[in-house]
Amino acid sequence: MNVLTDNFSTFGDGFLGTVELTVYASVLALVLGFLMASFRVAPVGSLRVFGTVWVTVLRNTPLTLLFFAVLLGLPRFGLVLPFKVFAVLALGCYTSAFICEALRAGINTVPRGQGEAARSLGMSFGQSLGLVVLPQAFRSVIPPVGSALIALAKNSAIAGAFSVTELLGTYRTLSELGYNIVWTFVWIAVGYLIITLAISALFNALERKWGVAR
Amino acid sequence: MTTANALYDVPGPKTRKRHRLYGIASTVVILALLGWILYLLFDTDQFTYTKWMPFEYKGIQELLLRGLGNTLKAFGLAAVLSLALGTLLAVGRLSDHRPVRWLSTVVVEFFRAMPVLVMIFFIFVALKVQPLPALVVGLTLYNGSVLAEVFRSGVNSVERGQREAAFALGMRKVHVMSYVLVPQAVRAMLPAIISQLVVALKDTSLGYLITYEEFLHAGKLIASNLDYDLPFIPVVMVISPIYIGMCMLLSWFAGWVSRREQRSPKTGAVDVAPAEPGTLLPRVQ
Repeated sequence: MNVLTDNFSTFGDGFLGTVELTVYASVLALVLGFLMASFRVAPVGSLRVFGTVWVTVLRNTPLTLLFFAVLLGLPRFGLVLPFKVFAVLALGCYTSAFICEALRAGINTVPRGQGEAARSLGMSFGQSLGLVVLPQAFRSVIPPVGSALIALAKNSAIAGAFSVTELLGTYRTLSELGYNIVWTFVWIAVGYLIITLAISALFNALERKWGVAR
Repeated sequence: MTTANALYDVPGPKTRKRHRLYGIASTVVILALLGWILYLLFDTDQFTYTKWMPFEYKGIQELLLRGLGNTLKAFGLAAVLSLALGTLLAVGRLSDHRPVRWLSTVVVEFFRAMPVLVMIFFIFVALKVQPLPALVVGLTLYNGSVLAEVFRSGVNSVERGQREAAFALGMRKVHVMSYVLVPQAVRAMLPAIISQLVVALKDTSLGYLITYEEFLHAGKLIASNLDYDLPFIPVVMVISPIYIGMCMLLSWFAGWVSRREQRSPKTGAVDVAPAEPGTLLPRVQ
C-alpha cells in the first residue's frame, strides 16, 4: 500500500503523462482518420489509392517498429523534436488507420437510399456527405471508435519503453528505489484500468445520447 | 464500391474532366511528397556504400535470419498456446456452472483490459522470467482472452434452431457443442481468428523491448554499429518491408478465407465474421 502513498507524485506524473499522450494522439488520430476516410470514398482515384495504401500499411505495421522508425529514424533527417511529440505522431498515425476503417464501415451502414435521395435533391458530393450521410454514420461509429481509442490508450505503454514519461515507465524509478515490484505493477495496472474504463464510460455516455436505437 | 456510387452520380463529361484535374493535382502533390522524402534520403547520405555494406556480410545476414527465426518461433508458440487458452476460456464462459463461468469471465475481461506490454514487463521484471517465455506468456494471456471472446460470440451466433434441434435429438451438451455448434462457429469465425493471429504476430515485436533477440533487435544491433556509419535508415528500409509483408500476407489470407466462407453453404446458419482485428475491451455497448 505504501508504494502508492510514498510515491504518489511519481505515479501522478506517469498517469498524467499517459493521459496527455492519449489525448493528443487521439485528436491526431481522429483528424487523420477522418481525412483518410474521406480520401477513401472520394471520386478522385489517386486520393483513393493514397488512403488505401495508408490504411493497409499502417494496419499491418507492428507499433514497436513504427516507434523504432519514428523515434530513432526521424532525427537522422535533422528533425529533432521532444520524444513526446514523436510518440504522439507514431501513436496518432497508427490509430488513424483503425479510425479510418471504423468510419468507412460506419458510412457503409447508412442505407443507400439516403445518399441517393440527397443526390436527387441536387446536393453536391460535399453536401450529401456532410449533411446527410456523415451525421447518420456518426451514430453507428461511436462503439468502434471507442474501442480504437481504448486500444490507443493501452498502446501508449510502448512509449514508456522508449523513455517518454508515462505510467509503465514509473516501474523503473520505483524498482531503483527498492520498492516492492509486484505492488508497483499492481498500481500501474490500476492506473491503466482507470484510463480505459474512463474512455469506455465516456463512449457509453455518447452512445446513450447519440447512438442508434436498434 | 456501392457506397461510393450512392454518394455521387455517374459523372458526366464536365465532372469527369474536373475529377481528372483533381486527380492530376493530387497525384502531383503525392509524387512531390515522395520526391521530397527521396531527396531527404539522398541529402542525408543514406545510400552511401558504407551504410549498405553490412548487408553483404554473411554474419549479418545470418544475424537477421536468426532474428526472423526467433520472431517466427515466438509467434508460433504464442499462436498455438493462445488458441488453446482461448478454447479453454471459451469453454469456461459457456459452462453451465456459475462459478466456472464467473471465474473465466473475470480472467478474460482482466487480461483484455491490460496493455499487453504491462503484462510482458510484469512477467519479465517482477517474476524474473527469461525473455522468450515472458513474451510468449504475455501474448498468450492477451490473445487467448480475445480469442475466447471470438469463440464464444461465434458459438452464440449460430442460429438458435441448430442448438434446439440437436438437443431435441437427445444429444448431450458435449455432443451438441462438438458436433453441431463448434464446427459451424469455427468456420464462420476463422477470418476473425486469423486476424487476431495477425495482432499476435505484430505484437511479437514487443520482445524487442525486453531484449528478446528477435528481428527488430537484430536490426537495432546492426543500426547502432559505428563501423558502418550508423546505418539506421537502411536497416529500417530492409526490416519494415519484411515485417509488414508478413502481416499483410496473413491479413490477406484472413480476407480470402472470409470471402470463401461467405460463399460456402456450410456457414448458412451463422454470419461470417469480418476479418478485423478483435476489438479490445471494456466493451462499449
